[in-house]
Formats: sequence, C-alpha cells, structure tokens
Amino acid sequence: MEGKIVTERLNAFFGEVHAVKNINMSIPANAITAIIGPSGCGKSTLIRCLNRMHEVVRGARAAGKVYLDGEDIYDPETDPVEVRRKVGMVFQKPNPFPTMSIYDNVVAGQRLNGEKDWKKLDETVERSLKLAALWDEVKDHLDASGVSISGGQQQRLCIARALAVEPEVLLLDEPCSALDPIATAKIEDLLFDLKDKYTIAIVTHNMQQAARIADFTAFMYMGELIEFGETKKLFENPVEELTEKYITGRFG
Amino acid sequence: MMRPTRKHGSRRSRASLEDKLFKYSVMGIAALVLALLWSLVVKLVFDAQTSIETFGIDFLTSTIWDPNRDLYTALPFIFGTLMTSAVAIVIGVPISIGIAIYLSELAPAWIREPLSFLIELLAAVPSVIYGLWAIYTLRPVLTGSVEPFLMDALGWTPFFEGAAFGIDKLASGIILAVMIIPTVASVSKESMMAVPDSQREAALSLGATKYESTRMAVLSYARSGIFGATILGLGRAVGETMAVTMTIGNANIISWSLLDPGQTMASVIANNWGEADGLMLSSLIEIGVVLFIVALLINVCARLMVGRVMKAVPMTGGGL
Repeated sequence: MEGKIVTERLNAFFGEVHAVKNINMSIPANAITAIIGPSGCGKSTLIRCLNRMHEVVRGARAAGKVYLDGEDIYDPETDPVEVRRKVGMVFQKPNPFPTMSIYDNVVAGQRLNGEKDWKKLDETVERSLKLAALWDEVKDHLDASGVSISGGQQQRLCIARALAVEPEVLLLDEPCSALDPIATAKIEDLLFDLKDKYTIAIVTHNMQQAARIADFTAFMYMGELIEFGETKKLFENPVEELTEKYITGRFG
Repeated sequence: MMRPTRKHGSRRSRASLEDKLFKYSVMGIAALVLALLWSLVVKLVFDAQTSIETFGIDFLTSTIWDPNRDLYTALPFIFGTLMTSAVAIVIGVPISIGIAIYLSELAPAWIREPLSFLIELLAAVPSVIYGLWAIYTLRPVLTGSVEPFLMDALGWTPFFEGAAFGIDKLASGIILAVMIIPTVASVSKESMMAVPDSQREAALSLGATKYESTRMAVLSYARSGIFGATILGLGRAVGETMAVTMTIGNANIISWSLLDPGQTMASVIANNWGEADGLMLSSLIEIGVVLFIVALLINVCARLMVGRVMKAVPMTGGGL
C-alpha cells in the first residue's frame, strides 16, 4: 500500500521526553485515517509531525522521515512553510482570528499567497464555506466577527479556512473535543463528504468516532504504534492484545 | 455544653476592639490619599482662579506671554507639548513594538528575561540623567549629522527649517521617545505574550512565515494592548518635565519647525515658578491645571484600553 503520507522511523521529542517512537506508517490517499489511543500516547504529537507543526513548540524536535508524495518533508532543503500549504490542519479548540470577519478568516491563507482579486476571494469564500457545510448558516453575515458564531460553527469555519488554501491533506487534531454531539455529527458528516477530494488524518480520543468515520485506524500506546489497519478489522478482530484491551475498555 | 466564661468573653471583646482599631487606623491612612488628591485639585483650581477670571477661554487659544504687560496665555505651551509628544510617539512607538516583538516572539528565554529586566530598569533612570545624556551625548550627534541631514532632505517641509543647534523640539522629542520606550515596550510585550499559541498555530498552519504569523495572529490580537501602551507612553511624554526643560531651549514661541526651540506646559512651569508672583503665578498654576487634566484623561484612557495586562504598571505622569 503506497500512501499519500509515509513515515519512516519517525521520532519526536519534547526536550528529553521521547513522545513518539519509531513510527512507520502509511496514510492512504482519499480516505480517512484515525489515530486513537489513551491521553498522552503521542497521537497529537504524531499528527503535528506530518506538517512540521511539532517543531514550532519551544524545545520540540523530530527525527526520521515523512514522505509526502514521495518527497521527504524533513529534508533540509524543504521549506516547512511550503509543507503547511499542502498539508492543512485543524486544531482541538476552534481558533478563528477574533479580529477578523468570517469572510477574512476564510481567505486569510489566500491573502498570504498574495491573492487580491476580490472575485476570486469571493469564490473561495463561498466554495470553502460550502465544503465546510457552513455557508447556509453564515452567508448573510459574512462581515460578522469570526468569534461571533457558536463553537461548532467556529470549528467548521476553521475547516473552511484550512480548505481555502486548497491543501492536499487535512490533519485534524481532536477537532470535536470541545463540541456538543450535534456539532460533532455535523463535522463527521462533513469529513465523510470531504474524503473524495482530500486525504484526511484525524486524531481522536473517541473510539466510536473512529469506528464511525475512519477507513483506517491506528492505535498508539506510550508513543508507539501498536496496530494499524482497516478500521473494521482493528475493532472487530485486533491482532494485538493491547489493542483489544483498549477497545474493549479495559484500560485507558 | 457551651459555657462562655468571663475570661473568654473579655478576650473576645478585647480582640474585636483591637481589630476595629486596627481596621480604622489603616483605613484612615489610606484615606490620606483621597485627602491629598482632593487638596491638590482644590488648591490648584483655587490658585488658578485669578488667571481663569482674567483671561477666560482666551487662555487656551491666544499666544501671548508677556510679563511686561502682565498678559499670559497658554497656547504656545500646549503646542509645544503636543509637538514634542508627537515626535516621541512617532519615534518611540515603532522602536518599542520592535523590541516587544523580539522579546515575545523571537528571543529565547535566556535572553528574554534579562533583556526585559534591563528595559524595565530604563524606566527607573532619573529624568535629569536623561537630560544630561541628551545635552552631552545626543546634542553633538544632532548638530553634527542628524539635523544637517534632515535640513537637506526635508528642509522643504515646515518641520525642518532653521539652524542645527541641537537644543530644540527635536532633541526633546527624541529624549522623550527614549523615556517612553520602557513603558511602551514592556506593556506591548505583555499583551503580545498574552496572545494564545493557538492563534500563532492557526496562522502557521495556513502556511504563514514567522513574520506573517506575527502580523496576522499576534499584532492584530494584541492591538488594543499595544494601542493602550502607546497612550500610556503619551501620558508620560506629556507630563515629563526635567529632561524637556533641559533640552527644549525654553522659547515661548509657536513654530512648526522641530529645529526651533519651544516650551511645553511642564517646562514653562519649571522655568518660571521661582520668580513668578501675582497673575503670572496664577497663570502658571492654570497651565498646571490644564496639564493635570490632560494627563489624567490620557491615563484613564490607557487604563481602560489595556485593562488586565497592565495591572502592575503604575501611572506615569513624568516628573522631575
């Protein structure tokens, strides 16, 4: 299985703490891959290594290789800024820019790329908000502040903002942990619709969520990748004892 | 089975008496502040009464300061204060924001802590020292290169006409800029450091460079704090007395040129109170009232804007 993103002996550290240990995994294109595991198992750190966001934390570093379409994003020649334009990210807590309008939030990335043509920006706003299933709810007040809408809407706004720069991969770091079940369901539906166009990796502490939406699931424990495979197989017939213990709720 | 003994009771009442005494005496001491502020305002307004009655509103709009005819008005000094403060803001604020960005966004912790401390220490330098520094260090630089250059390059504007003398509104403005930097930089730094990391990450994950994420996520989020810091700096520039008196040349004139000497509200009081009496003294005190009101308004505005970020920063009204 040749993946969109392939990691090779990927390790991540916070100072002396070895948070992610020797991960080899392959994230397939146009599918949803979930990463599950107990708190502190390194799942968020792993996903942040995939667009070089791990290293923006003080004292954090990564070692090993991560191939995006066969090119190592940790190559010294590679510009992390370029990587992040291809691999978008949505975070645990919705983080729209509070001083910007809904409209400006969506096109923030486009503006960074120097896009000034308002027609194109208008198109981007409509397309991205529709993709994020938010258009109908906000189309009449695009001038309102990005933080004037509900938490669930803010998170979809962040998804729209990430999609607006037309990334190839979308990483989501526990995107629903701050949301209620209805908002969560909306985001899950949305991700399901998006996977035709994008490669999606989602970190979640919610096993049911992984079971509902993911095509593939990875189980991590203490910084190590314990098991990785098709979601159905991993949940119904896990190979590793640790995986079985975790999904049956015997620890974690 | 409570059986209050006499001993218990007396001890309790003695304790409560003690506490009451303690409470009211400390309260009394604290009330002294109110009394002081009150007497300050009353005394100022009372002593300014003669001037207020004599000159009325002309005091603020007319430009005459003539002891021979016993005519005193404040416009030249209001103008001087505005000019020098404007120069201080124009020069001092960009530098302060640069310092704040470096400290909050780029500097490693082992540089940030000591450098922040040094910058805050600059606020503790007595202003007379800044005045001396301006006269003996800044002035030769101004007369030697900066002012001739400005006259060449910008002499066609009304702001840089005249001679390169180095004792003028420009010198005062520059020294004020230096003096407001500690306040503006440290309050700006605090408000930038209060920006959540999730905002920086939002920008970076969109493919922003460090510079772009600072502009997009940090500066815009912290803008009210930075604006408040600027107003706070303005408050200090408006009230600063000693360093300005030493560098501005003390001429009671209105001139747009920064290379001409001038006079601020604070410096005219410092220069003249010694030999003033009668109407002139009353006029000086009225200038003091105006300055007091302006400084108070500026500080209140700044407090409202910066809010929680600057709980620890004392009001700055300048001083000798």
